[in-house]
Amino acid sequence: MNGIVGASGLILNEPLLWEKGGKGRRGMSMVAAEVPEAPIDPELCGEGPDFPDLSEIDVVRHYTRLSQWNFGVDSGMYPLGSCTMKYNPKLNDRLAATPEIACVHPMLDDACSQGVLRIMFELQEFLAAITGLDAVSLQPAAGAQGELAGMLIFAAWFQSRGERRTRILIPDTAHGTNPASATLCGFTPVPLKSGADGRLAVETVAAAMDGETAGIMLTNPNTLGIFESNIRAIADVVHAGGGLVYGDGANMNAIMGIADARKCGIDVMHLNLHKTFSTPHGGGGPGAGPVCVVRALERFLPGPRAVQDDGGYRLAAGGPESIGRLHAFHGNFSVLVRAWAYIRSMGPVDLRQASRLAVLNANYVKSRLQGTLHLPYDQPSLHECVFSDLLQHGDGVTTLDIAKRLIDYGYHPPTIYFPLVVPGAIMIEPTETECRDDLDQFVAALKAVVQEGRDNPELLRQAPVRTKIRRLDETRAARHPCLRG
Amino acid sequence: MLAVIGCRDLDDLFTSIPPDCRFDGAIPVPPALTEWQLGDLMRDIAETMTVRPDDCVLVGAGRYHHHIPEIVRSLAGRSEFLTSYTPYQPEMAQGTLQGIFEYQTLTARLLGLDVANASLYDGASALAEGLLMGLRIVKHSRRVAVSTGIHPHYREVVRSYLRPTGYEIIELPCGPDGRTDLSPLQGVDGLAAVVLQSPNFFGVVEDLPGAADPVHDTGALLVAAFTEPLAFGLYRNPGQGGADIACGEGQSLGLPVSFGGAALGMFACRGEFVRSMPGRLVGETVDREGRRGFVLTLSTREQHIRREKATSNICSNQGLCALTTTIYMAALGGSGLRELARQNYDRSEYLKAGLVGAGADLVFSGPTFNEFVLRFGGDFAPVRKRLQERGIVAGIEIGTWYPPLAGCYLFCVTEKATKKDLDTVINEVRA
Repeated sequence: MNGIVGASGLILNEPLLWEKGGKGRRGMSMVAAEVPEAPIDPELCGEGPDFPDLSEIDVVRHYTRLSQWNFGVDSGMYPLGSCTMKYNPKLNDRLAATPEIACVHPMLDDACSQGVLRIMFELQEFLAAITGLDAVSLQPAAGAQGELAGMLIFAAWFQSRGERRTRILIPDTAHGTNPASATLCGFTPVPLKSGADGRLAVETVAAAMDGETAGIMLTNPNTLGIFESNIRAIADVVHAGGGLVYGDGANMNAIMGIADARKCGIDVMHLNLHKTFSTPHGGGGPGAGPVCVVRALERFLPGPRAVQDDGGYRLAAGGPESIGRLHAFHGNFSVLVRAWAYIRSMGPVDLRQASRLAVLNANYVKSRLQGTLHLPYDQPSLHECVFSDLLQHGDGVTTLDIAKRLIDYGYHPPTIYFPLVVPGAIMIEPTETECRDDLDQFVAALKAVVQEGRDNPELLRQAPVRTKIRRLDETRAARHPCLRG
Repeated sequence: MLAVIGCRDLDDLFTSIPPDCRFDGAIPVPPALTEWQLGDLMRDIAETMTVRPDDCVLVGAGRYHHHIPEIVRSLAGRSEFLTSYTPYQPEMAQGTLQGIFEYQTLTARLLGLDVANASLYDGASALAEGLLMGLRIVKHSRRVAVSTGIHPHYREVVRSYLRPTGYEIIELPCGPDGRTDLSPLQGVDGLAAVVLQSPNFFGVVEDLPGAADPVHDTGALLVAAFTEPLAFGLYRNPGQGGADIACGEGQSLGLPVSFGGAALGMFACRGEFVRSMPGRLVGETVDREGRRGFVLTLSTREQHIRREKATSNICSNQGLCALTTTIYMAALGGSGLRELARQNYDRSEYLKAGLVGAGADLVFSGPTFNEFVLRFGGDFAPVRKRLQERGIVAGIEIGTWYPPLAGCYLFCVTEKATKKDLDTVINEVRA
């Protein structure tokens, strides 16, 4: 395809729900009253909520128009670093909606739930196999809740040993959820500086490790897309000091079948199933953040978990040392079904190949953009690459301007201004599901934007101009919050 | 591509991974299946499920079988909603953002409070977050009081969240009417929040207005939990009951039961507490040309800005679930919600009266919405088994969670239960 992807089309305006409709309209059919009205105490009754009444076509047009203001992976390339916005097979959505599965009530006996327990049991086994760890709980509903589970397990481990440790080491490249999750469990995060090569040095960890320190939280590959090559030695230092090692598996898409978490010395790890194992991100969720552990920590896992014995599958509650439940039932079960289906449809060869191609694509983009954008850490990297706007400072354009102009070209911008260790960061994760033609087109668009920044920087500062609305006043939104209609 | 990178083969890309960290051999998972093989496997698994989609399941206890109209599935399944992510770039995510703004609005109106967030994971973690929020707001507080009428799994989640930080949890018993007894609160100090679920696990509607003053007199916040928000179509909502924070589960508003997930944590509070709130918020603003638009806002509360000082570790919300329930609430409308709630109440009262007439005893005397607890004179298990063979799941025994209530059954009746189904249950019990 020649030319740029972004074009303008007819976009329809649409008011807020309560600005349309009329009393007495209804967008769904109502079952006929079959039984007599029962008496009710009027003292207890309210007036019912002040919702608009809309017809079916009112509702259909409303959400169809809203959807057309959105951009998703199905619309185009979405190289949002650290979010793994890859194409997710449609089949998995349909399988998760299988009527017999979608209707299973979670409070019934195990005998009523054999099929869904089998899916849970097999997924637990698969995730253990993929990480190299021993035991898995599927309870956490998102990556951040998986981290919380991990930190609760840390706390429970030290409590079981009668030790009180208060500090957690967290490198400066970490996601913000890491320190927030540690704090929620009463730990004090201790930030560690990564080295000039974008990696954490063993000496940095050794200098910070002490008898008060519960362990370390590491994302590997880290948010610069760089593998923490010293991880074995770092884990040895932490273990020698009596600490535990937490691996944030947010970037698992880089290393399936390539790196082994156990051999890296990791004790606890969460996985973001929605990233690596195929769930469309749904505008922010639902996701799933299963937590995987080594055998010594299995007894602390949140329960219940699915187990298999002679009688079939059953739910086993957490034991006396379990950190307890984190979800009313079994986490975001429909996401678990998708992950199970994805792993079954990929098999061992394609899972590994997916990671290899994700890394190939990221390195290809990195090579093609070198010289156009500044590469602050020129190191071998895996599934994503992080540039900055340093070379554009002379043109008076920023990362934000570049990102906004990319929108006009028909791309979702990369993650910007993260990780924090790179000022003006532009973090690109193309994923394995883009082909070379699409990557070339993206690179050409980015280069064209940079050239425009040189020739006519105002074009970037005004961008985007092809979207339904232009840049929004975020300061006003925060100063005068209007959070509802 | 390899030539552009300067590599000979794909293995060259992984030189930064030391040999002693490498995965040995192939990943030990089963070989790949084709699309049709996977479809066949799922069909086999579906056939092992003994409760069929058309069965009448008279069970609630935190998840509710309601009719989901086709437009909900159809619209929420649009791939522009499905395949986008957190709206970091608002210019290309106005659909998601306006959708969440509308979700926040309808949720706040449903719960009768000033402001709702963009959603949390589920009702149970929403309750835990609500109590942590109370502990942040009420200075020098160390305790929360939790009714035993709250879903037992929710109480477990609260314990998990609060355990490492050492906050004390006081459990409040329920009286013979099934409502929470607040008398143990007398003389308790350092209390951050008192939480009641209404309708509670026994289906009983709590007296929130009666609880508000005694709770506020202790200096604590009144937190209202819920698992069945449809009740607020008929009964007074948490805000009208004097609650400061309301948190619970939104599944019953258009999401499938699906073994308990994906779920939706609904969360709302009084306006003065908004800056202590966990989770994402969407706000209205204008673009450069003065047109209305929506953005994520007040993010200085959140982990990606505040890191360890954030109000919560939560990052994403349950975006698509929030959108789905908004579509459901829009399709139902205000008058539809009221009528549907009434249908649930009437059908539930019909079964309740029928079973009491057939000899069962009502365990709690308080008013209920669409759930209630019964004790049967004889052994109900064989009756329940016979009904299950006819495609009706007649309640669940709750002794597992409440040992003194062993042999008592919790029933739930929604609009999906036909009079014929209900009569079948009544006649079987009478026989």
